Amino acid sequence: MEKKPVISNCRVMLIGGSAGSLEVLMKILPRLPKIHSYAIVIVLHRKSGEDMTLEELIAVKTITPVKEVEDKIPLQPGFIYIAPSDYHLLFEKSNILSLDASEKINYSRPSIDVAFESAAEAYGKYVSAILLSGANADGTEGLKAIKNGGGTIIVQKPETAEMPFMPVNAIENMSPDGICDAEEMLELLSGIDIFNP
Amino acid sequence: MIDDREIDVLVNDVYEYYGYDFGSYSKASFKRRVERLYQMDGFPDFAEFLSKVRTDSEYFKRMVEEITVNVTEMFRDPLFYKSLRNDILPILGTKPFIRIWHAGCSTGEEVYSMAILLKEANLLHKSLLYATDLNALVLDTAKSGVFPLRMMKQYSENYMASGGKKDFSHYYTANYGLAKLGEELSEKMVFSQHNLVSDRSFNEFDLIMCRNVLIYFDKDLQDRCLQLFDDSLSKLGYLALGTKESIKYSQLQSRYRQHNKEKIWKKSQ
Repeated sequence: MEKKPVISNCRVMLIGGSAGSLEVLMKILPRLPKIHSYAIVIVLHRKSGEDMTLEELIAVKTITPVKEVEDKIPLQPGFIYIAPSDYHLLFEKSNILSLDASEKINYSRPSIDVAFESAAEAYGKYVSAILLSGANADGTEGLKAIKNGGGTIIVQKPETAEMPFMPVNAIENMSPDGICDAEEMLELLSGIDIFNP
Repeated sequence: MIDDREIDVLVNDVYEYYGYDFGSYSKASFKRRVERLYQMDGFPDFAEFLSKVRTDSEYFKRMVEEITVNVTEMFRDPLFYKSLRNDILPILGTKPFIRIWHAGCSTGEEVYSMAILLKEANLLHKSLLYATDLNALVLDTAKSGVFPLRMMKQYSENYMASGGKKDFSHYYTANYGLAKLGEELSEKMVFSQHNLVSDRSFNEFDLIMCRNVLIYFDKDLQDRCLQLFDDSLSKLGYLALGTKESIKYSQLQSRYRQHNKEKIWKKSQ
């Protein structure tokens, strides 16, 4: 790891990605101990018409329970949430998730930027984010918003990304707190429950 | 950008000057829409934006149009429409007369989708489709039945996935990039302005469609709307919501039965 960040005081850990990001999650999630003190929210560009939904695919790979996101459900520590297809995911300051079916952003709905910016607004320094592999520029503006709000931001090491465009675009536009491969991300995530107050 | 206090001032002023109450809209979504408009129209500061909204009623109309989300499509979620087509319409068809309310119909794509389903079930002649929205401009589009031609390929695919057997292009005439849906579909439609925040029940319906509208409201307003729908549904009437919406935590839950896994509930008492 070029820089060695430690994430503490984290209530929400966002993970965003597009093409090539599911493989990374599949390396990390099966080995991640059950999370307790924070929630993981996954925002991926999704294809519709998958045989097995992304929720099911992820649920069988992790011992942390996965919650299906519906409009206005509470966001609770100890769970993994996955942004549903065809909606933007928004965060209310009252610890509730909202959905939004407005225009696509960066050709995407859910858009990583929209979710990240909204989480930055609602949670400030208590939100951290990881941006994974992908072939478009979504995510960069969202990472900036989180950084400006005092949160920690991590980008996948481009050499390890199947589609390096998304992480490269982020790195060119800001300085992330860490540039990590899957192994290092696992270490970081595992540390959150230890360092959280 | 815009802070929460400024949003509160905007909400109060809009209510005071125009009587529209956005105070119960989802904060996250409302703020995002306001910031989008504010940036798009290039205001130097919030005070100027506020003063424009207060003093220029035409600009206020624009604000309502841009802040409310008007993204919709024909046969959105085809499997939902398949369920309406195969399971719900045959039951409604036993009635002498069918009243349907599309609450928050936006530009009307779902109303025309419903008219197509009714027509194919040979029920349109004895149906009435009430379509309402807060926003007068989108209702004009809905009335005209004119939509971008480039959308028709997607709509045709959705239509087929919903169990449609005809050639979808039968339903519209194409002209200069626009598709005009046939008037035989709109004959039974009634369009009018209705604000779910402040207006009351105005009729009794057999089916209420309100898909991806409640997501823009906070929990309290959602509950009030569900109560309004409950008051407006006939005994054994149906309520249809969006794919990620639910009546699970509302007072309707105990009196409504969900139809399979679809977001369709039947009023049982």
